[in-house]
Amino acid sequence: MNIKHHLDEATLVSYAAGAMSQAMALVTACHISMCPTCRERLAHSEAMGGILLESLSPADVSEDALQTLLDCIDEEPDLGAELLDCTHPNETESRTHTYDKGIPHALGDYIGGSLDNVEWKRIVPGVYFHDLPCKSERGGVSRLLRIAPGKAMLPHSHDGNELTLILQGSFSDEIGRFTVGDIADLDNEVEHQPLVDSDVDCICLIATDAPLKFSTLLGKIVQPMTGF
Amino acid sequence: MENKPPGEDVENVVAMPTVTDHKTSADPDWSALLTRLTEHKDKAVYVRLFRHFAPRVKAYLIRLGLVESVAEELMQETMLTVWRKAHLYNSQKAAASTWIFTLARNKSIDLMRKQKYPECDLEQWEEEPDDQHDPCEQRIIAERMNQAINTLPENQAQVIYMSFFEGRSHSDISSRLGIPLGSVKSRIRLASEKLKWMWREGV
Repeated sequence: MNIKHHLDEATLVSYAAGAMSQAMALVTACHISMCPTCRERLAHSEAMGGILLESLSPADVSEDALQTLLDCIDEEPDLGAELLDCTHPNETESRTHTYDKGIPHALGDYIGGSLDNVEWKRIVPGVYFHDLPCKSERGGVSRLLRIAPGKAMLPHSHDGNELTLILQGSFSDEIGRFTVGDIADLDNEVEHQPLVDSDVDCICLIATDAPLKFSTLLGKIVQPMTGF
Repeated sequence: MENKPPGEDVENVVAMPTVTDHKTSADPDWSALLTRLTEHKDKAVYVRLFRHFAPRVKAYLIRLGLVESVAEELMQETMLTVWRKAHLYNSQKAAASTWIFTLARNKSIDLMRKQKYPECDLEQWEEEPDDQHDPCEQRIIAERMNQAINTLPENQAQVIYMSFFEGRSHSDISSRLGIPLGSVKSRIRLASEKLKWMWREGV
């Protein structure tokens, strides 16, 4: 995977801080899973959190807290790594095998591990979407979008941030060409119209933290119907 | 700002504590201690980590807006996770404080949103070439970073604090401070890039 489009520094900091909406965090986590460069950058942003944690004036901890925890630990079997994995299915290696290759875990959790399971809804011919049950503030959403070759997403801008991660195929817009693993990390200064230029359907995972603003009449008609 | 409810005014947000250096040279190397827990679940080591980190984790959770009793409970859950997941800690990837910060962060989000914070795949980390650093470098980075945060201009430090200590999104910060989204992002970018540059150069 040759990833050319990365996360904005401000996006990484927000993710590291735990300050993003669920929808935006999902797309961010998926790109980070696919991109060693951004993983390295995230480590630095999270280090900021570690330093800030160290810098806080210690709060009073209840007197029996430590004893409570030690008692709790005593009741647990001496957990080896393997045993722990068995008791915490969220982290088992085995579960990775049930996810399709190229599907980041954070997304796989929502779609049963495969894009084949997704139930698509049609917006206009050649353009389909599937909403993910991510709660988000201010009307933002997280959804999968499937666009046929040669088709374009409706031209739009944003009130807030928009993240678009390519999972299959490719598209081009005013900014450049985006292929699998690339992320378009845009804000309200950008209006763009992605055009699919791959032989196969382009599937992207997108999140916004505010509703999109469509600039054409068709977009304005479609918007209320799809909840974009 | 007149129509904001009490306690929601910008002045309160601005009044951040400056980052003070609680460290002394006598402070143990927490990352090395946590690594010992990775190799052998030693309760004496755990007690030392608890005494240092538990009050800070609780302070962080209170800063995020949790009431005292919930912060206490979540702190205990976080510290229990430190014990349970200690075998996953890798001092070459993160300082102990960073790792424990991410555990507390995830706990607080899971609680507040009733949804699991999306995380990147851990096993892919393992496949990476180990291009970085001996274990003690994380500690040096941490010390440099601590100095660096104190040198940030007020308006850059503010957006960093609002992100980490108040969990505010870019758009939330934008409406709080009454500045455009683009300005919030460029302040965060400037702060972050300055910190990264400073700790690379060691200035």
